[in-house]
Amino acid sequence: MSISDGQPAIVFHEVWKSFARHAGQLLIRDRLLQLVRSTPHEKFHALREISFAIHHGESVAVIGHNGAGKSTLLNLTTNLCRPDRGHVEVHGRIAALLDLGAGFHPDLTGAENVRTNAALLGLSRREVRDKFDEMVAFSEIGDFINEPLRTYSSGMVMRLAFSVAVCVDPDILIIDEVLGVGDMAFFAKCQERIMQFRHAGKTILCVSHSTATLKDLCNRAIWLDHGRMIDDGPLARVVDAYKSAMSPHAAYSAG
Amino acid sequence: MWRGDYLYLIENLVVKDFKIRYRNMSLGVLWSLLNPLVMMAVYFFVFTNIFKNDNTPKFPLFLLCGIIPFNFFTVAWGTGTTSIVDNAGLIKRVPVPREVIPITTVLSCCIHLLVQVALLLTVAMISHRGANVQWLWLPVLWALEVVFVCGLALLTSALNVFIRDTRYVVESATWVLLFLVPVFYDFAMIPDQYRTIYDLNPVAATVISLRRIVYLAQPPVATTMLKLVGVSFSVFLIGLLVFHRVKPMFYEHI
Repeated sequence: MSISDGQPAIVFHEVWKSFARHAGQLLIRDRLLQLVRSTPHEKFHALREISFAIHHGESVAVIGHNGAGKSTLLNLTTNLCRPDRGHVEVHGRIAALLDLGAGFHPDLTGAENVRTNAALLGLSRREVRDKFDEMVAFSEIGDFINEPLRTYSSGMVMRLAFSVAVCVDPDILIIDEVLGVGDMAFFAKCQERIMQFRHAGKTILCVSHSTATLKDLCNRAIWLDHGRMIDDGPLARVVDAYKSAMSPHAAYSAG
Repeated sequence: MWRGDYLYLIENLVVKDFKIRYRNMSLGVLWSLLNPLVMMAVYFFVFTNIFKNDNTPKFPLFLLCGIIPFNFFTVAWGTGTTSIVDNAGLIKRVPVPREVIPITTVLSCCIHLLVQVALLLTVAMISHRGANVQWLWLPVLWALEVVFVCGLALLTSALNVFIRDTRYVVESATWVLLFLVPVFYDFAMIPDQYRTIYDLNPVAATVISLRRIVYLAQPPVATTMLKLVGVSFSVFLIGLLVFHRVKPMFYEHI
């Protein structure tokens, strides 16, 4: 896919997103009660009027305390859910390091899991054939690739999942606090790979609580608080503002 | 937007399901044969010894023609109904087109079906001492049943996300159908005024047509086949439309 210059990679235009509280598992009884009582849903606003544009080649960090709406923002970007109001546009192929190992099954071999996971991430038969060796090599799983996944250590499973995700060759890479992958050596390799994406002019959108990682990786930050955008600008400035705003409440916002 | 390769994905998921199901079974595919054989034996015992029914020759073959499509329908619709909720992990994490999930679940059941059809044709070869040219209808007939079940599964899997007792309603419905589909009796025994209803029930129509093809070695009745085509594709289309409309809400409700 070719990406025309000037067209932004990700656009949020006045996006609102709320979730109904106590939604989820409902039985017929609850549905009937709803009809009778017609109680309005109690709503939880995860995002309120968020607007920004991220251009190709930018790498942006989303910061904020827990529950600020960071994950909802990432999920809207990957089109897992849709906004209540406003719209989200994405131009380019996305790979999200939040769906690491989707569809992995312990009874299947590493190789079988790699293929299924890659197909779920949107790779075609040909792409899987071309990239399979690269994925396996990157994971450093070796001969274990033909053993069932249940014989793997949890670190090996994460390595395999990460390898598939980064070999998708996305235009936009979305990272959500997943860099606790495997041992130190593999962690360094992952970081190096992500830096390669950055130098190749790919777009990165990332959530992390480690400001050290963010400083290496990103040049811009978006600060969310209770679903509202507080600040959007150069990373150093926004992170400093965030830190100083947080320090008086450090006791209860630490979680 | 998910711009992947639908066919490759469906193929992968079906093969995955097959491998998971059979890798840990020492008898493997033979398990697929066990259920229809046991059901056939039970019905055979009941309807030759208790409710005496001596006027149906080749009764085992007659029964299998009912049991196999009915079994497939029950299992495929049941697992299809819970498929979205069972795959909550995928719904929450991957923007894969949601339609793929109930459809692959139904298609995975086709592997059982193939094994059971092999059993049916083996019994037919023994009973009739050979094959017959009408068997060429079989792929059409099975394809229509698969289309019908996919449509139903799309509908009920979506409903099951919002109302979790849908699966129990589906289970009861299949029990009712066991008696309303001519699994262990003949279509000829049905009073005239009910025949249209039977004709419009795709599962009954499949059984009736299958009996004509395999048991009587005659071509299926054209009007029955036409109604089967009409109902199957209508249900599929309705299922797809409803599913498409409600799928954006899955994420919040799962």
